[in-house]
Amino acid sequence: MARVVVDVMLKPEILDPQGQAVQRALPRLGFEGISDVRQGKRFELEVDGPVDEAALARIHDLAESFLANTVIEDFTVKVEEGAEVAGAAK
Amino acid sequence: MSRTPLDTVEHAAATPDVELPWAELGLKKDEYERVVEILGRRPTGAELAMYSVMWSEHCSYKSSKVHLRQFGEKAPQSDALLVGIGENAGVVDVGQGYAVTFKVESHNHPSYVEPYQGAATGVGGIVRDIIAMGARPVAVVDPLRFGAADHPDTKRVLPGVVAGIGGYGNCLGLPNIGGEVVFDACYQGNPLVNAGAIGVMRHEDIHLAKASGAGNKVILYGARTGGDGIGGASILASETFDDAKPSKRPAVQVGDPFQEKLLIECTLEAFAEKLVVGIQDLGAAGLSCATSELASNGSGGMRVTLDDVPLRDSTLSPEEILMSESQERMCAVVEPDKVERFLEICDKWDVIATVIGEVTDGDRLEIFWHGGKIVDVDPRTVAHDGPVYERPYARPDWQDALQADDAGKLPRPATSEELRDQVLKLVASPNQASKKWITSQYDHFVQGNTVLAQPEDSGMIRVDEESGLGVAIATDGNGRYAKLDPYTGAQLALAEAYRNVATTGAKPLAVSDCLNFGSPEDPAVMWQFAEAVRGLADGCLQLGTPVTGGNVSLYNQTGEAAIHPTPVVAVLGVIDDVARRTPVAFQEEGQLIYLLGDTREEFGGSAWSQVVHDHLGGLPPRVDLERERLLAEILISASRDGMIDSAHDLSDGGLVQAVVESALLGGKGARLIVPDGLDAFTLLFSESAGRAIVAVPRSEEVRFNDMCGARGLPATRIGVVDGDTVEIQGEFTLTLAELREAHENTIPSLLA
Repeated sequence: MARVVVDVMLKPEILDPQGQAVQRALPRLGFEGISDVRQGKRFELEVDGPVDEAALARIHDLAESFLANTVIEDFTVKVEEGAEVAGAAK
Repeated sequence: MSRTPLDTVEHAAATPDVELPWAELGLKKDEYERVVEILGRRPTGAELAMYSVMWSEHCSYKSSKVHLRQFGEKAPQSDALLVGIGENAGVVDVGQGYAVTFKVESHNHPSYVEPYQGAATGVGGIVRDIIAMGARPVAVVDPLRFGAADHPDTKRVLPGVVAGIGGYGNCLGLPNIGGEVVFDACYQGNPLVNAGAIGVMRHEDIHLAKASGAGNKVILYGARTGGDGIGGASILASETFDDAKPSKRPAVQVGDPFQEKLLIECTLEAFAEKLVVGIQDLGAAGLSCATSELASNGSGGMRVTLDDVPLRDSTLSPEEILMSESQERMCAVVEPDKVERFLEICDKWDVIATVIGEVTDGDRLEIFWHGGKIVDVDPRTVAHDGPVYERPYARPDWQDALQADDAGKLPRPATSEELRDQVLKLVASPNQASKKWITSQYDHFVQGNTVLAQPEDSGMIRVDEESGLGVAIATDGNGRYAKLDPYTGAQLALAEAYRNVATTGAKPLAVSDCLNFGSPEDPAVMWQFAEAVRGLADGCLQLGTPVTGGNVSLYNQTGEAAIHPTPVVAVLGVIDDVARRTPVAFQEEGQLIYLLGDTREEFGGSAWSQVVHDHLGGLPPRVDLERERLLAEILISASRDGMIDSAHDLSDGGLVQAVVESALLGGKGARLIVPDGLDAFTLLFSESAGRAIVAVPRSEEVRFNDMCGARGLPATRIGVVDGDTVEIQGEFTLTLAELREAHENTIPSLLA
């Protein structure tokens, strides 16, 4: 089973109230030196069978029509190599 | 990166032959030539940006102005009107030292492109109009129109719009107390998302948008300015002045209700300390609009340094900053010695505030960027002296055929069984069905002052806890009626909203409108517009309810097909004591149901003709505004003197729709008898105007009858509140369970 990750971010020119809220909170909490924060969504999809071109096309399709609102959001699709990512392992 | 020299006023004067993209910015050739004539030279890019947005249809009302004047010319004498048309919103005296401001606006196109954010920012915009008058927003209403209920795109647009209204309004802590939801194929691709808001203040707190007093500071506060909603300005920035710059700018604005909430509190605190000379919210056309309007409404000029505007995106060009429609921003004019305190208040609320300029004693609006003067104009030429068009209008050639196609000739139900089936079909049709699935997504009761909310005939808010003083608002519009006859259709919308306010026991005081039409360049559409405005102005004069302001939305059309002409009318009323309100729901078994008004065979544009025959033709119901006024007086007196326990106005769907709603809301049935002179079909489905049903306690019957008789209002006893069925004697019986299933399942099954 392979994992495909879809990252959804607001387009750069679109206002991100959540990111701004985080950014405003940082100095109050003593974290200096961050000039901008943008917040997005990450989807991890476990794919049955091989992740071939057809599967990726399908995922691209579902990301475009369902996971992301392409009027205001961009998304990227990438295949994750190996089962675990650094930092995620227990 | 190569950059051409800054297009300053000097540069523009020295380079008269530079071609500017005026056409791409939506200006017509003669309009551009007029700008050149006003300035005596070619405009700079920044000036062109300002003129092009301020002279757009949306900001200048250039096609509608000549007709809208009637609202002023035919304005009825009203002691209640404190501030009329032309300000951010009208203000009405509701007594006890309180004033109420209210307004309806459209956010149609943005809501089609991005339903959630379009609708959300529509709420944000109208709420800022209310704050700008000095009032605390207390409620919102949302009249909505979508394409066919079963069209796939409606399933995309409607849930987004509803979630956006709910999301923004609920986060702001404003109850949503009214509005409508209408489906019609004519709105496919052109949904109408109108948003209204009400605010309350004391008389002495009214604020106006003007900048006076040389030396006073101009403060921009609220959100940072980003590249929102400036598709047009990018042409200036990228193609003409700097080819290397990315030109892709969003037409979509994203709202931030928490920022808006801070803006409300911060603004009201500054008002309370009397720190503000003039104020303006930033909506369409952003800073271009705010600076030119503030300056031209004041006594002097204004100088602004654009470099001081806090930016979200440092790559913005001055043209883009001037045109940006970033949300949640306001502009205040403050005396120099009060600036420090003003900034302190902003800081307390975590609102960014920056002095961007000052009022001057000249009469020019001057804007600087990087040390160069990029705008030097008479602000009045930008804000008020835009083009005015006498667009040709002509009664469309299909109007006669449409009116001749009489709905009265449609086949009527032949048997009691057929009549029963049609009743079920009507109350289950998307337009007549319960909208609970939609309105339950809005918070109705936050702030604790909501007295009535949808599906009541009007929304009602308590203004004063001690005395019980309250205000009511209803919004109505019927595009089908207006298509058949725009003059009458507009008056019917007014009459219905007026009646709805009175039905709840409140006295109608004033009107705001949102006029949604197709392209003004089509003479047929322009005729519809002219007729509707004439009808509304005549109607308001006759009813004594002045139009206090509103909004015009044109170009609601896809290709050749315009939407039905859709004037949406909001009527505001006042009630001395909200404890005396009249609800829609039947309250007690045994109470007598009276039909007030005259019922005629009027089916043109009716819900019955749409649901059963998919037909639109004939003439809309007749309007009798004197009758409406009498009916309203009776409903108000009856409410005040405790003669009626429930009331419901009759409009689309006719009597049967009203009875079913009152029965379902009260959980109590009704037995009805068809009165002499009427047949069951006409009684149930006719949409004659000027009617209501009321439930009268038996102990009040004599007194109620005497009052109606003395005043000359026909009142016919048609039945009694009873049991758990709706029974039309001699025709059919429907259980409340059957009716509830039909009435309440439609919308969830289509959209959930």
